[in-house]
Amino acid sequence: MKNPNLRTTLLLAALGAAFPLCAQTLEVKIGHVAPLTGGIAHLGKDNENGARLAVEEANAAKIKIGGKDVRFSLVAEDDQADPKVGTTVAQKLVDQKVVGVVGHLNSGTSIPASPIYNGAGIPVISGSATNPKLTEQGFKTQFRVVGRDDQQGPAIARYLATNRKPKVVAVIDDATAYGEGIANEVEKTLKAQKINVLPREKGTDKTTDWKAVLTKLRGRNPDAVFYGGMDATGGLLLKQARELGMKAVFTFGDGACTDKMKELAGAAADGLLCSQAGIPPQAADRKFTAAYKKRFKADPILYAPFTYDGTNLLIEAMRKADSTDPKKYLPTLQKLSYMGATGQIQFDGKGDRRDAEMTIFSMNKGNLEPIAIIKSGKTIAYADFIKGAAGGAAKGKK
Amino acid sequence: MLLIAVTLAVLPFALAQVGTAWVRITNYAVLYILLALGLNIVVGFAGLLDLGYIAFYAVGAYTYALLASPQFGLHLPFWIILPIGALVAAFFGVILGAPTLKLRGDYLAIVTLGFGEIIRVFLNNLSRPVNITNGPQGIGGIDPFRVGEFSFAAPQSVLGLELSGPIKYYYLLLAMLLVIIVVNLRLQNSRIGRAWEAIREDEIAARASGIDTTRIKLLAFAMGATFGGVAGGMFSAIQSFISPESFVLVESVMVLSMVVLGGMGNIWGVILGALLLSFVPEILRWTVEPAQMALFGRMLIEPEVIRMLLFGLALVLVMLFRPAGLLPSAVRQRELTERHG
Amino acid sequence: MAMDTFLQQLVNGLTAGSVYAVVALGYTMVYGIIQLINFAHGEVVMIGAMVAFSLITALAPAGLPPLAVLLIGTGCAIPVCALVGYSMERFAYRPLRGAPRLAPLITAIGISIILQHLAMLVWSRNVLAFPQILETTTYMLGGTAITNVQIAIIAVCFAMMAGLALLVYRTPLGTAMRATAQNPQVAGLMGIDTNRVIAATFVIGAALGAVAGVLFGTYYGVAQYTMGSVLGLKAFSAAVLGGIGNIPGAMLGGLLLGLVEALGAGYIGDFTDLCQYGVFAGTLEACKDGGNFVLAGSNYQDVFAFLVLILVLVFRPSGLLGERVGDRA
Repeated sequence: MKNPNLRTTLLLAALGAAFPLCAQTLEVKIGHVAPLTGGIAHLGKDNENGARLAVEEANAAKIKIGGKDVRFSLVAEDDQADPKVGTTVAQKLVDQKVVGVVGHLNSGTSIPASPIYNGAGIPVISGSATNPKLTEQGFKTQFRVVGRDDQQGPAIARYLATNRKPKVVAVIDDATAYGEGIANEVEKTLKAQKINVLPREKGTDKTTDWKAVLTKLRGRNPDAVFYGGMDATGGLLLKQARELGMKAVFTFGDGACTDKMKELAGAAADGLLCSQAGIPPQAADRKFTAAYKKRFKADPILYAPFTYDGTNLLIEAMRKADSTDPKKYLPTLQKLSYMGATGQIQFDGKGDRRDAEMTIFSMNKGNLEPIAIIKSGKTIAYADFIKGAAGGAAKGKK
Repeated sequence: MLLIAVTLAVLPFALAQVGTAWVRITNYAVLYILLALGLNIVVGFAGLLDLGYIAFYAVGAYTYALLASPQFGLHLPFWIILPIGALVAAFFGVILGAPTLKLRGDYLAIVTLGFGEIIRVFLNNLSRPVNITNGPQGIGGIDPFRVGEFSFAAPQSVLGLELSGPIKYYYLLLAMLLVIIVVNLRLQNSRIGRAWEAIREDEIAARASGIDTTRIKLLAFAMGATFGGVAGGMFSAIQSFISPESFVLVESVMVLSMVVLGGMGNIWGVILGALLLSFVPEILRWTVEPAQMALFGRMLIEPEVIRMLLFGLALVLVMLFRPAGLLPSAVRQRELTERHG
Repeated sequence: MAMDTFLQQLVNGLTAGSVYAVVALGYTMVYGIIQLINFAHGEVVMIGAMVAFSLITALAPAGLPPLAVLLIGTGCAIPVCALVGYSMERFAYRPLRGAPRLAPLITAIGISIILQHLAMLVWSRNVLAFPQILETTTYMLGGTAITNVQIAIIAVCFAMMAGLALLVYRTPLGTAMRATAQNPQVAGLMGIDTNRVIAATFVIGAALGAVAGVLFGTYYGVAQYTMGSVLGLKAFSAAVLGGIGNIPGAMLGGLLLGLVEALGAGYIGDFTDLCQYGVFAGTLEACKDGGNFVLAGSNYQDVFAFLVLILVLVFRPSGLLGERVGDRA
């Protein structure tokens, strides 16, 4: 061992000469967009982590496409939840010739960005944008793995109608795209069930004083109230309603289906109903949750399992089509059937997830607990769903 | 002069080498310049502090969106809609300006602020009982500018050059900008321009020398609004989606900052101010983000927050030390640095 | 039932209006003396609420009586806000004393932005929930609910106004303030240190702002870095409504605005529901099956303050009780 370095170098050179193909790796870029700064930066980071985990696992699995080793890299961008920045960032990703995009987080930025990706033929899968319009534009490149507001709204509305049988329901929204959208869906569903829905009341996403609106509603004596909006305003709404002596059941969408409701409303939060699009984080595949925890030293917050699945869908489609060219793997993606951390995924003709699940939660003594899963129009008690899912997860694999 | 012209002409292709995204960023910057020039007429020329200017941008944007999108199924061509948008904006300029004519400077400011907010709230709520603006969901699928078969959004090859959508819009915006600069220069040196200056300096004296201050002030509002309206129409087409969220008070303040920082009343100053403040977010992202990551390993202060802090500081410092702005207009300079009693 | 609803709206409106009134006092004092809309006053209120939040959160586990915690919280918020108010005046407004009106107004906007974002850096963007240390007892008068917190807020508001009126009309400082407001040059000639008087005005205004911030935080249970801007604009409208520079006017304006907002949000929807007017019920599609066609409802409650402001300025610019501002050369 006179000169170890020289020996090693000669050995490697010999190996390298003997296997020239080893040096050929395909560098493939996958884009991810979410707000990494601003009010929901923590959710944006959660999304990015999910996508990153998928990319790192794919690299560890040493996938081969077209005979070459593939090395995936994640190009993570920040769209600040602003449509102007969203379109600029989408253009940046197109310029960088990414083969696919996971994102954006908000519908408000996904929608204006979609024509840019479509124009370049780049498939984009969103893990959290729930506005129906996103997949109604006729873009063959637009997909999503989470349910739509026009599925979530009816799900919570039907659960409310069936389980609490209200005669009079009041609907309030916060005059944002999300809040108004889901409130409209709830109202439509309730009216279809011949339930009396009071004229819509509105606030804003910054309202702190709901008493005027609540007092008016109190005079109409509703059995239930649905609020389309976020927890920052929803919590105050609930607290003030109880202060005014209202006894109605308060129902919320996923924007107000968080622990913050307990912080803001205190004891008044108990008994609230709310929904989330998709299965709850605690029901996601255990392997995913464990891997996420190990890599990022934190629990997944909300949509990480969905971006994880979205990224894996892109990778799986490329693998199956044996090509990283969007033109070639897009048809494969459209027909793909895949078992992900959030369950079995298949896309319909519009790019939406087939049979997307919705979860109904209730606040019990300060804890948000899932009580039911709505899938394909059927309501499954949560305990039963977990038993069924455990069996299914054991069977299905990547 | 020729050098500038050549640079401007070649710029988008140079930027496109780095990435078409930069052409988009430049396009948004030009839109801000148009807005700043419009506000300059109201604030800089006529001395009326309008804090709700973004309302005219919104009016122009929604006029275009309502006439060229799936919302009503109308798809009029842009060369018809833009003049309509300008007229509608001018109309709003007059009705928003009319109640403010007798108000003192600070009351004028806050009333215009109120109008700006009222317009935004109306746009956000006109989805019921009749759906006009589609409320907070915004209007999507807005038509790009089209002349026959030629669409400004579609990429195409001309004479071997790759013209992407943003590059085509760039040239259109540049042309629009040149027209507006010429209009501004002519206005400034016209009788109307001098009347504005007179009102700004001393309204009572202006009225005494026979200027119909009512008409002249309304004209300032209307003309300023027209530029905002046209810019709004272009914004609609370029982004292909608009919602009331894009027309909040912060945007009005932003445009005002551009006018104040650049130099109220000085057309070139205003352009400089708009350019500087438009590119600040990008510059920050290029410098501050990596610097913070390198020094601290994480983002201590987000670029967006730094940007707003810088704007606030710019406003305060400019007023303290250089109230006439970076490129002062000579008249303004004299007026602002003079101390009364 | 309808009476209960109406009385309840009155209670809601008066409470919210009281908070507006205390904030309006700050605006009206500053405007009265130097004819400046201190745009940043709303941010001072916000800082008061935030400081109180930090303190109350820190003290809550200590088991002290809630009233003591609140008083300590307020006691800490006041000096911080006073400092902010003083610095604003000394470093940003005083150099611009002789400049045309545009300049301090723009400066005020700049300061407002800076304060907001500094607060965001210190306290984060999130909505902060005040610890629930107060026992809220609700008293039912018929069907109308009124809580002890609401009563306290209205009481504090009147106390603030009374205290301020006492200061302005019975103390030498108050006389100096009134003199400076009326004519700064002559006041200076009479030996009044106008700089000190103006600084004192800002400090007192800021202190009132701090109290308003604590009231807001206690009543609604939340604080956020954005709470100052909307609150500030509404309170300024209230001050103009009552008569700028006029202390009872600010009080009246605040309470009235609170009532207008509450009653407006509560009843405008009903009045503009076209389906109840026979003329339309037959023709409008939406009115079938007991539907509604509401022209304007609670969705416009945000703009009531602005509409009030515009109407007042167009039809009665000096406000309800008349303005008290000096002549500015």
